[in-house]
Amino acid sequence: MTLAALLSHWMRNKVQLAMLLAGLMLATALWSGVQALNAQARGAYATAAALMSEDGAASLVAPSGQMDQAVFAQLRGQGVLVSPVVEGRLRLGDTRLTLLGIEPLTAPQGTAAALADGDLQAFFAGAGFAHPETLADLGDPPLPLSPSSAVPVGTLLVDIGTAQRLLGMEGQISRLLLTGPAPRPLPEGLQLAQASEGAELAGLTDSFHLNLTAFGALAFAVGLFIVHSAVGLAFEQRRGLFRTLRSLGVPLRALTLALALELALMALVAGLAGLALGYVLAAALLPDVAATLRGLYGAPVPGSLQFSPAWALAGLGMAFAGAALAGAQALWRLWHMPVLAPAQPRAWAMATGRAMRWQVAGALGLGGLAVALALLGDGLFAGFALLAAALLAAALLTPPLLALGLRGASRLAQAPVVQWFWADSRQNLPRLSLALMALMLALAANIGVGTMVASFRATFIDWLDQRLVAEMTITPRDAAEAQTLEAFIAPRVQAVLPLRRVDATLVGQPGAVYAMRDHATFRDNWPLIAQVPNVWDRLATEEGALINEQLARRAGLWPGDSIALPGAGDVPILGVYPDYGNPLTQAIVTESWFDRLFPGTPTRQLAIRTDNPAGTRAALLDEFGLSAQAITDQAQAKQLSLAIFERTFLITGALNVLTLSVAALALFATLVTLSGLRLVQLAPLWAMGLTLRQLAGLELARALMLAGLTMVLALPVGLMLAQVLLAVINVQAFGWRLPLQVFPADWAQLALWAGLAMLAAAAWPAWRLWRGGGGPLLRVFAYER
Amino acid sequence: MTRLALEDIRKSFASAEGAVPVLQGVSLAVDGGEVVALTGESGSGKSTLLHIAAGLEAPDAGRVLVAGQDMASLPDAGRARLRRGTVGLVFQQFNLVPSLSVGANLAFQARLAGVHDPAFCADLAARLGLTEYLRRYPEQLSGGQQQRVAIGRALAAKPKVLLADEPTGNLDEATGDAVFVLMLELARAQGTALLLVTHSARLAGQCDRNLHLRAGRLA
Repeated sequence: MTLAALLSHWMRNKVQLAMLLAGLMLATALWSGVQALNAQARGAYATAAALMSEDGAASLVAPSGQMDQAVFAQLRGQGVLVSPVVEGRLRLGDTRLTLLGIEPLTAPQGTAAALADGDLQAFFAGAGFAHPETLADLGDPPLPLSPSSAVPVGTLLVDIGTAQRLLGMEGQISRLLLTGPAPRPLPEGLQLAQASEGAELAGLTDSFHLNLTAFGALAFAVGLFIVHSAVGLAFEQRRGLFRTLRSLGVPLRALTLALALELALMALVAGLAGLALGYVLAAALLPDVAATLRGLYGAPVPGSLQFSPAWALAGLGMAFAGAALAGAQALWRLWHMPVLAPAQPRAWAMATGRAMRWQVAGALGLGGLAVALALLGDGLFAGFALLAAALLAAALLTPPLLALGLRGASRLAQAPVVQWFWADSRQNLPRLSLALMALMLALAANIGVGTMVASFRATFIDWLDQRLVAEMTITPRDAAEAQTLEAFIAPRVQAVLPLRRVDATLVGQPGAVYAMRDHATFRDNWPLIAQVPNVWDRLATEEGALINEQLARRAGLWPGDSIALPGAGDVPILGVYPDYGNPLTQAIVTESWFDRLFPGTPTRQLAIRTDNPAGTRAALLDEFGLSAQAITDQAQAKQLSLAIFERTFLITGALNVLTLSVAALALFATLVTLSGLRLVQLAPLWAMGLTLRQLAGLELARALMLAGLTMVLALPVGLMLAQVLLAVINVQAFGWRLPLQVFPADWAQLALWAGLAMLAAAAWPAWRLWRGGGGPLLRVFAYER
Repeated sequence: MTRLALEDIRKSFASAEGAVPVLQGVSLAVDGGEVVALTGESGSGKSTLLHIAAGLEAPDAGRVLVAGQDMASLPDAGRARLRRGTVGLVFQQFNLVPSLSVGANLAFQARLAGVHDPAFCADLAARLGLTEYLRRYPEQLSGGQQQRVAIGRALAAKPKVLLADEPTGNLDEATGDAVFVLMLELARAQGTALLLVTHSARLAGQCDRNLHLRAGRLA
């Protein structure tokens, strides 16, 4: 009965109910959507990790990336438990794939071996396995492939002999998986590689997923502002009902329980709807996320979403936790409300006003924590904790700062209506404060992330122009083709710059060492962020190495320091170069030294300098008979890099827009709910001669003014956010630091959007006031008796 | 001189059972300096008549002449202008502007109408016993004090017509009597036509004329 009485409020306030449910639903949807994306990707990494071994087997590798197959027989003969693997990139039609060849009889107990064991005869005869999505991409594969979700997307699993044949690696293997203890000492020319691919991927992509989670959490928090605001206002509206129910003998415990039940009911409804929306959202965003993870990290993430009951339960749990968090204050206030508490609408506002002092204290505390984290914190988690503390502090400070501004404005005002406008805005601030805090957070996030992305884009485009100087790049099929190609093309162009690299562990982190030919292309264009004097001459004379920014920042190594390179010992660092988009560490030595350190390393690509790209291309295609797909021109390469860049931040942009939409919804919910309470404040003005049109206009102007002031407050917070993202989060997550650039035109555009969002939120209540013909205001006087 | 004239006012409200007539041809006139009491049972249409007189509500038929101007013929902006400069309203629940100080509330309508006279306002505040409360906010005053602010606010604009809807209904008898007497004195001193809705026969007895509304008609 009590619950029915409580619920009757919502029957009469359907829009308010819709807003409350929408807030909780959106919060749940955005959070669970992001979690679904993360879970899907992490599941894919686990699949990749489990493919070769459930425990993550170590490998023996050669610096050149290949070794003679005889090494395998030799080690087995010595009783060392190893299994050969052939791995390489293969192009089938338009699709580039990873070809993984295993020897099923000696392979460790992983999903790959289990798959092969299913029909060994067929496997040995050339049959293989691929993810259903890969099969769909391939259309008509040139070898018999069976679908298996245990194989990562973009990988073909075949017998080692089949792989050698397809990759042109007869008699060669890529690595030896250790299925027992490593031999001591290690065979000559081989190195021990510990990390498994899946574990590496998980580590590399952690920052990406943490970024997504942070956005999800921000959207969830903004959504909770709506719920908290709606629950608080509903509590205020029902203060009289609570008093009546208590007076009629309903025990406080029963009333509180009924309110909690009401909240739980809403959490259930909104949570289920939020889960459904979250699933749809994740399914829509997954192809882009998967493409980003493939482009940035080479992570094999399928583009279709799998439903997981654990995810659904966790999402529902978040809905309940969010509702409990948002409703806790209302329940607490009900528990402490005297039986005859007066039903004054102002009481809530006054209580919130008192809470403002606590807010300021909390903001100062959080601000202090943010400063401490900035000075003493280390690592990505500390970076996000710094952001959370700073953003929360700024949000808490928003209402007191707005109140201060409004007080100043009301003192300056002369005309009576203007004076009332400022004073009334200040008085209503506590009721709007939660929605304004949500708006401030959303705007600051937009400014911060927008500035970061725009700064990154500007730097990235400059960097691309410097790095992609070569007019075209050729990818030969193998080492032999690379040699003949170089010999063929060298006389026809200005320069051929071969790209050779070996995988290597640099300062304990996965990476690669590259060879660089001493050429004006690099001397004139290659970007450096730190260098010793005469860096290029010293590099050419084998005095040291260049390292990428990721390595420099992670290891704290800069020009003047030394780095241990495989086979070369400690080498002086001559310079540090930016290397955006690459998650791995890198070092560069001059070509002649590289060839002595890593003899026999095949050339993977050839960069061509020519003033006749069309003629060169024609010669390669017509005279040499190269496949068109093996040639990438400069424009294509830039376009591809920019496309990867844009896709990477597409998700960020989408979440930005969603967060701003949630904040706009919070404002709408609050303004709609407040519009009823506002009538009492507006009716006297109307009676004294202000027209309905003037009153509606003033309501709209107030909304715009508050949006404008909130935008002004959000600007420094957003820039602080951008600075933390660029100088702390990016460095921790990706290993590069970018200069902060400001884009006032973007801010103006955002301010316009914020104004429009605020106008949209205020339009309906204002329109109702104007077109209501004074009826709702008259009722204020009529209800007096 | 007639300041307020209502001629054959008719008004009905829609309900599930059809139109419910509230006012069925009410006519009355109030001269400057005259105080007229309007009494009647709950639901007899007193407040509706007052709202129509103030231009807050439109009649279905009839004419409302405020200082010679036909309220019904004016657009919303015109009615608002007339209300601002010519009509003062006092309500049972005071309806002060909570975000403004007592001083700002007192001067508000006069400033809106562009007739603010600080000396007159100060004198009014003194006569209403509000001088020491001018910097306070309405919520910091008692009910009687708040109603005195409401009366002061209406009279500070020197209205030609003052409409009061149960102005003492929310006050105890002693406070209500004091507020009522003060309002009568000030209205008469300004030559304001005062139409007062009240349930109290005792208060109605102190007015110049007493009109009784029964079932939408003047008895």
